[in-house]
Amino acid sequence: MSRGVHPGPSRTTRIVIVSVIGILFLVPIASMIEFTLRKGLGGGYDFSRWAAVFTSGATGEYKAVFTGAGNSLLLAVVTVAVMLVLLVPTMVLVRIRFPGLQRVLEFVCLLPITIPAIVLVVGLAPVYSVVARMFGSGVWTLAFAYGVIVLPYTYRAIQANLAAVDVVTLSEAARSLGAGWFTILVRVVVPNIRRGLLAASFISVAVVLGEYTIAALLNRVNLQTALVVVSKADPFVAVIFALLALLFAFLLLVAIGRIGSAPKSSTSSRSSKRASSTTLSRPLAPASPLAPAASDQKAR
Amino acid sequence: MTSIARPRGTSPMRALLSGSVLGLVPFTAYIILFLALPTVIALATGLVDGQGHFTLSNLTALGNPVVLSTFGNSLWLSALTAVIGALIGALFCYALLGAKPTGALRFVVDAASGVLAQFGGVMLAFAFVATIGIQGMVTVFLKNNLGIDIFANGVWLYDTPGLILPYIYFQVPLMIITFSPALESLKPQWAEANAMLGGGVLGYWRHIGLPVLLPSFLGCLLLLFANAFSSFATAAALTSQGQQIVPLQIRGALTSETVLGQENLAGALALGMIVVMVVVMTLYSLLMRRTARWVR
Repeated sequence: MSRGVHPGPSRTTRIVIVSVIGILFLVPIASMIEFTLRKGLGGGYDFSRWAAVFTSGATGEYKAVFTGAGNSLLLAVVTVAVMLVLLVPTMVLVRIRFPGLQRVLEFVCLLPITIPAIVLVVGLAPVYSVVARMFGSGVWTLAFAYGVIVLPYTYRAIQANLAAVDVVTLSEAARSLGAGWFTILVRVVVPNIRRGLLAASFISVAVVLGEYTIAALLNRVNLQTALVVVSKADPFVAVIFALLALLFAFLLLVAIGRIGSAPKSSTSSRSSKRASSTTLSRPLAPASPLAPAASDQKAR
Repeated sequence: MTSIARPRGTSPMRALLSGSVLGLVPFTAYIILFLALPTVIALATGLVDGQGHFTLSNLTALGNPVVLSTFGNSLWLSALTAVIGALIGALFCYALLGAKPTGALRFVVDAASGVLAQFGGVMLAFAFVATIGIQGMVTVFLKNNLGIDIFANGVWLYDTPGLILPYIYFQVPLMIITFSPALESLKPQWAEANAMLGGGVLGYWRHIGLPVLLPSFLGCLLLLFANAFSSFATAAALTSQGQQIVPLQIRGALTSETVLGQENLAGALALGMIVVMVVVMTLYSLLMRRTARWVR
């Protein structure tokens, strides 16, 4: 309707700007691909380096990278677990019981943007010497630190979803039916914010797989530190793995985009409301009109 | 909820409330252990000497010419790449104005921006070695086809100027991520009102578009600055020895105890970084508060 009035760019301008910037940004990626296809000093191109990576297997000469990638995947899983177990219940609790703490929680969760990882690592070194005594020096313990650096991303993703759901009413309805706190959280709230949780998990995975600073300075091996080490000896292989990792992260974020954009489609508010009421209606609907009266009676 | 035998004056609500305070404990403990404590330790080590006594002498390191020039490098590198990144990113956001919000273009741009802005780090260093390294694709192409040797005056890729292009490469996507919501908040009604009153496209941008977008543009600029200032991985992967920017100097101070003959130099540098970051992020949140007036 307003397309004609809106002073946005003309079609030609748009195509020119997007393609010029787009092409400039593709040059380094193309260079990486070209780099990995080089045959050697003689010139010419082939796929031998790619073939070598895929045929060597996880125990071959690129073992270090596979170990690092394995560690990073483990870290991603543990970080997501830390987020789900520590952050999510707290966010829901603050939303339902302590709305006054909302600003504090937001401030704390966005704080890691202000504290560079390189600063955090100065203080993490002594903390981790204690952690190592308690939990051992396994690489997975890094997930505690990663849980902190992904906070701004996960908080935003979950909060966006949480704000769109009437959690207070849902939880009161559930409580009046006799649900305990754990049931409210797991069976009522979590199903309603699953999109936010999924998006938060994916962004955590992407951030953890890309993390270098903390692992490098605490002398742990993850995908990124392994890539740096390998790049010193065999830059071609490092670039191949970097391309694969970039592709993986790209697909992960495409998935986030799909999760995020699905409810934004034409019937945005209606469909999301419908979604929340269906998840609510299945277990609760028959009794819900009676709920307030029932709880009153009980209290008296 | 067994509320029958509840003592007088304690509503079930109150009881649940006091119980649910306990629910805040795990997260609070976690934050104290892994966010507050490390930050405090990092800052405190800048303020104690080798024996653990309070001292301000470490902070004199911040006045050391080498440290000052490193901070200078970090500041101009961050400022330059933030400005260039913000301008290119804003231009790209403008180009996306007419694009369908659910279209394939947006989809790819969003995902690609996310990857390059948040995931890059080490990979960007590799990408630029492959592009403008000594044997990089662009370097070789320019040399063989146009006779231009980009390294005629020495190899600058592994020095501070070499960080400019990789930094811009992750600044632009971050700008696209953070600035496009602001552009999308420009209401069509404003354009309609402008057109109705006889305003042209130029008038729209001069009197409506730019004034509304300015606070959020400046906010994004600050965020980009903070992003470049705190970035470590790209520089670390590109330059294995040097200490041209502050994060690299912190690494040097952490891995060898006696840079510049100073104890606890890492803590002092961390303190300096935090001061810069707090100033920048405070300005950012002030600007964002102003932006929130329009972005609703």
